[in-house]
Amino acid sequence: MKKLLLGNAAVARGAYEAGVRVVSSYPGTPSTEITESMVPYSEVNLEWAPNEKVAAEVAIGAAIAGARSMSCMKHVGMNVMADPLFTVRYTGVTGGLVFCVADDPGMHSSQNEQDSRHYAKASKTVMLEPSDSAECKAFTKAAFDLSEEYDTPVLLRLSTRVSHSQSLVEEEPRADIPVRPYEKNIQKHVMMPAAARGRHVVVEEGQAKLAEFAETTSFNRREDNASDIGVITSGAAYQYAKEALGNQVGYFKLGMVYPLPTQALLDFAKDYKTVYVIEELDPFIEEHCRAIGMKVRGKECFSLLGEYTAAQIKKAVLGTEPVKTVKSESTLPPRPPVMCAGCPHRATFYVLKKLGLTVSGDIGCYTLGAVAPLASVDSTICMGASVSAAFGMAKAQGPEFNKKLVSVIGDSTFMHSGITGLIDIVYNKGANTVIILDNSITGMTGHQDNPTTGFTIRREPTRQVDLEALCHAVGVDRVSVCDPFDLKAFEALVKQEVAADEPSVIIAQHPCALLKTVKLSGRCVITDACKNCKACMKLGCPAISVRDGKVEIDASQCNGCGLCVGVCPFNAIKKED
Amino acid sequence: MTKNIMIVCVGGQGTLLASRILGNVLIGEGYDVKVSEVHGMSQRGGSVVTYVRYGEAVASPIIEEGEADMILAFELLEALRALPFLKEGGKMLVNRQKIDPMPVITGAAEYPNGAETELVEKANAQVLDALSLAKTAGNAKAVNVVLIGALAKATDIPYDKWTDAIRSTVPEKFLESNLKAFALGYEGGK
Repeated sequence: MKKLLLGNAAVARGAYEAGVRVVSSYPGTPSTEITESMVPYSEVNLEWAPNEKVAAEVAIGAAIAGARSMSCMKHVGMNVMADPLFTVRYTGVTGGLVFCVADDPGMHSSQNEQDSRHYAKASKTVMLEPSDSAECKAFTKAAFDLSEEYDTPVLLRLSTRVSHSQSLVEEEPRADIPVRPYEKNIQKHVMMPAAARGRHVVVEEGQAKLAEFAETTSFNRREDNASDIGVITSGAAYQYAKEALGNQVGYFKLGMVYPLPTQALLDFAKDYKTVYVIEELDPFIEEHCRAIGMKVRGKECFSLLGEYTAAQIKKAVLGTEPVKTVKSESTLPPRPPVMCAGCPHRATFYVLKKLGLTVSGDIGCYTLGAVAPLASVDSTICMGASVSAAFGMAKAQGPEFNKKLVSVIGDSTFMHSGITGLIDIVYNKGANTVIILDNSITGMTGHQDNPTTGFTIRREPTRQVDLEALCHAVGVDRVSVCDPFDLKAFEALVKQEVAADEPSVIIAQHPCALLKTVKLSGRCVITDACKNCKACMKLGCPAISVRDGKVEIDASQCNGCGLCVGVCPFNAIKKED
Repeated sequence: MTKNIMIVCVGGQGTLLASRILGNVLIGEGYDVKVSEVHGMSQRGGSVVTYVRYGEAVASPIIEEGEADMILAFELLEALRALPFLKEGGKMLVNRQKIDPMPVITGAAEYPNGAETELVEKANAQVLDALSLAKTAGNAKAVNVVLIGALAKATDIPYDKWTDAIRSTVPEKFLESNLKAFALGYEGGK
């Protein structure tokens, strides 16, 4: 019986069936559900690591020690784990090693639109790219065999529409692949220059063999049709092309996007008058085609930006105009994502905005602190940059500027890469104030445990990292804990800490309103004392709006967090049970 | 021929359950099915769209403008936004609920007037008060299942197939209220 599975769940299933034994990842949309879907597979040693580099290294160690292993990440996570990636290609693997990387064309939930295929070329590895859930499972399984056969890590590239689309998958039993015996091999596993020089030779020989394999592998397939037009494509773009062009063109469907075949593509081009390369983001396949002397049409017809649609492809290849559609006469206001009702970050940003501070931001739900009306966050670059970039800002603008500057970073993000920035501040005599938004969970990606929550991925209790003790241990003397919903105390604390001439950490502690363990009750109501001053509107709470000139609280949205009660200057909002 | 059902809502309104029930019913009917969702940041109160496509062999997981045979809208503004996706002669089922987006809350934009009238005029939309039907069923969160009920009525798939799918998707303690919500939606549907 076939099952409807998310692409991510199908990758998890494929790894399980391939006999994977160790999986270590850090969550990141759109890759998170791969690792989450493995929770029921008790044969697999599964973990959330503090960051992608650690996760990849755990998988690498397990592979060198003979177990089939995997690590999964979003595209920007691959930047974090790129260091070991390039060198594990030199050492090779013993047990099969697969790295799943999920790109996000269209940036549904990301800070950039990078194309991870470049990593396959740069690290001289192999990259497979499935286009639906059935291929997600099949390619993942095959990736482990390929990894062992060619003694290389194999990259599996996904994109949002493949990761987050469900399609039919046939489940099969798990293969019993024993852990291979561990053998000490200094020349292969210790990458100091003398050994690495030898291994680089092996890598180049391996790449030549893989390029040969690319000519004949069944990961790539031709679907020929009686047509003058041929299309070279892969992944989600293949599905859009099929939708748009059906049997009106021939296809060279690439399942292995690195290394790319040469002769097989040249042969395909001979059979069609015009050849298009249809690929989202960068002209990765197109540049290869041009380099081997093919005449193709690519980015002159298709965008470098965002996701493709079948309509765009139809227009570009067949000249078909899009269908006429009905549209609303009204100007439709956009609906950007917002912090939830009851979100503790709202309290924090309300205070930071009130104090007029410059806010060096980070990656998480709290990036939404940049959205109006709070619009408190000044910059967001990548995981951990709130801390280190704020130190740079202070260096550029001087100590007075630093007294109006804070970093905000979530508990999980602080574990990921905020702590190193804090060490830099202490070591190099900075005086920054870092606010750790400790909501007891990794929020944005949908509630994953992390080293500060006290639970493992399988919800087993574990030793909890003590944030206060950690900050003290790296040399921060001024560490305080405060609930941001206690607005007065929190405001006074922030004022005091930014004024200090030494580094300080404020742990703004309040659990995520969406956590099942958080029992918010009651609701806030506006009483007759309301002067309609709209001070509560400054919170940007989705439950509070103005109707017919009067402020109203929508009972179906309010969860009684009481933040508005605290900001009302006329005590006109009451909390009811 | 591939059929297209689009579900639009405000992040947090629970379309994931609706698409799961729908997907299970359609597989049971022997179709090839693709369901595409967006997770992550947009689920925090943003516009959320789910595409359900079924037929003999489905290629793209996405529904594009002018292609939806049916649109299930959980909110009026989102229904207006989805209008261009409706196929000529396609059906639109809309929950009569308004949720102000942040630009309306901050006063930077206005919620469109006469949304319901426009939807009826332009798309012959069937508008129902799914929230009060869900409350009648004893579960205000079951708006999604009320709407699935209304959608079920518009298909020729038998009633039992839908209730079987609900039984296999919804946790035991919410099952009774969800079955009631489905029935109310089904009766309210045309």
